[in-house]
Amino acid sequence: MQLYRTLWRLADVVEVVPETPRTKSLVLEVPGWEGHKAGQHVDVRLTAEDGYQAQRSYSIASAPEDDRLVLTVERLEDGEVSPYLTEVLMAGDQLELRGPIGGYFTWEAREGGPLFLIGGGSGVVPLMAMLRHRAAVGSDVPTRLLYASRSYEEIIYRRELEHLAARDGSLAVIHTLTRSRPASWRGYQRRIDAAMLAEVAWSPDEGPLAFVCGPTPLVEAVGAALVGLGHDAARVKTERFGATGG
Amino acid sequence: MSAGFISRGFRGRRRGPDRQLPPGQYLEDGFPVLSAGPTPRTPLEAWDFAVVGEVDEPKRWTWEEFKQLPSEEITRDIHCVTKWSKLGTRWEGVSVDTLLEGVETAAEYVTAYCDGDYTTNLPLEEVTGGKAWVAYAYEGEPLEPVHGGPARLLVPHLYFWKSAKWVRGLRLMASDIPGFWESLGYHNYGDPWREQRYWGD
Amino acid sequence: MDARRLDGNAAAGPLREVFAFEVTSAAYTCEGCGKTDRMGAAMVYEVRGLGTIVRCPSCDHALIRLAYSRGRHWLDLRGIRHLQVEEVAR
Repeated sequence: MQLYRTLWRLADVVEVVPETPRTKSLVLEVPGWEGHKAGQHVDVRLTAEDGYQAQRSYSIASAPEDDRLVLTVERLEDGEVSPYLTEVLMAGDQLELRGPIGGYFTWEAREGGPLFLIGGGSGVVPLMAMLRHRAAVGSDVPTRLLYASRSYEEIIYRRELEHLAARDGSLAVIHTLTRSRPASWRGYQRRIDAAMLAEVAWSPDEGPLAFVCGPTPLVEAVGAALVGLGHDAARVKTERFGATGG
Repeated sequence: MSAGFISRGFRGRRRGPDRQLPPGQYLEDGFPVLSAGPTPRTPLEAWDFAVVGEVDEPKRWTWEEFKQLPSEEITRDIHCVTKWSKLGTRWEGVSVDTLLEGVETAAEYVTAYCDGDYTTNLPLEEVTGGKAWVAYAYEGEPLEPVHGGPARLLVPHLYFWKSAKWVRGLRLMASDIPGFWESLGYHNYGDPWREQRYWGD
Repeated sequence: MDARRLDGNAAAGPLREVFAFEVTSAAYTCEGCGKTDRMGAAMVYEVRGLGTIVRCPSCDHALIRLAYSRGRHWLDLRGIRHLQVEEVAR
């Protein structure tokens, strides 16, 4: 007798959208999707013909208010799942997933702010879900996104972030490019460090809610730096993507 | 519900089946690191290895003393329960037979215990008779911490979770106590050739 | 710092299969050091293909050990002295 039903279900791939040279967004239709909170993720499972399975977690990029579920996936060089999702998967395929998952790294507009989002590389994905949700509900919670990318071409959602910030005075997007930059670049050009955070962050007595997401070394360094600057550790939430994803 | 679902075009990282490998295994070029906790960093001055438990007299070696024990070069295939295998891996270490020389015991089982909280259990006869070592070098170099350095147990004829990383001693036991993975549904014995991956296999 | 370790939310998927509530929002008290925190803040080691180990960020004690094989979940919660789960308003 089975005591429970598995939570895995099949989603239909509606579209695969290139975002940057290394990332694509998967637009999915999930029958019976009960909704999610910005910041949550799904587990994706691939099964080969001989039964071999590989499983990874991907943050949800879409807002809870959006029609379809969107995942943004970065193709990792020696990855096992991400090359399949970004190079093989196409519209018309199905994808097995489980979720939404996560009650800790989430934000809803009614929680207020100020909101300080710090992301590195594909760590921006759950933060983008938060920004899309914020825009969808017309929130004016003061928000800053500090976003580290390797290069200008690798800034995920670059145009959309420009549009969001351009029309919303309560949102600021600050980029830093860590490996290469266009000749005309006037912004930050190094890894996020305590000095950069001191310039960009709200002061601790404004009580910001901080969400930090990206590779584990970045998240640990930023988390420690924020606490070092006097921020309340209980208001700094982190999501580590590990040394690599897969 | 999604039982029987196959992801179109997905093969995974494996290569084709190889007759030299135990059932269900594939050949791996790299050396995957699987860790259930933070990598211990015991300095060599603080390291020791012990044979304790159901013995008349416990034995203990410092790192200096351990390195002076007769050692061997061991070349073996290794098989991980997560399905990767590496053929002809080269190690250097001390045979468990050497460590148990002169040890009087009625124990039939042994638990390998390690820095961190990892343990694994084995029948004593599976680590004796030239079947097991405490290895401190891999491919001619000192064993890296992520792969179990300064020293790990090496029991190549069983699934590699039995080759406990960061091993600090062998506790001889009158009864068989399931270790870290054995108590989470993994097979108590773990013979790759009989595909004993999980409890009940 | 181990570059491979993850946050509590990395264990949320496998734990959701076993528990009826969202574990990462629950508060644990560590059997090893007595500290209390939210599960989401704990350290998760995804031992790919083997299991999920959740550890106390203060003392590394294993709070939850979880593995799945042959249609069965194996769960060791001895590292948690107690778990507090808030009722969710419906």
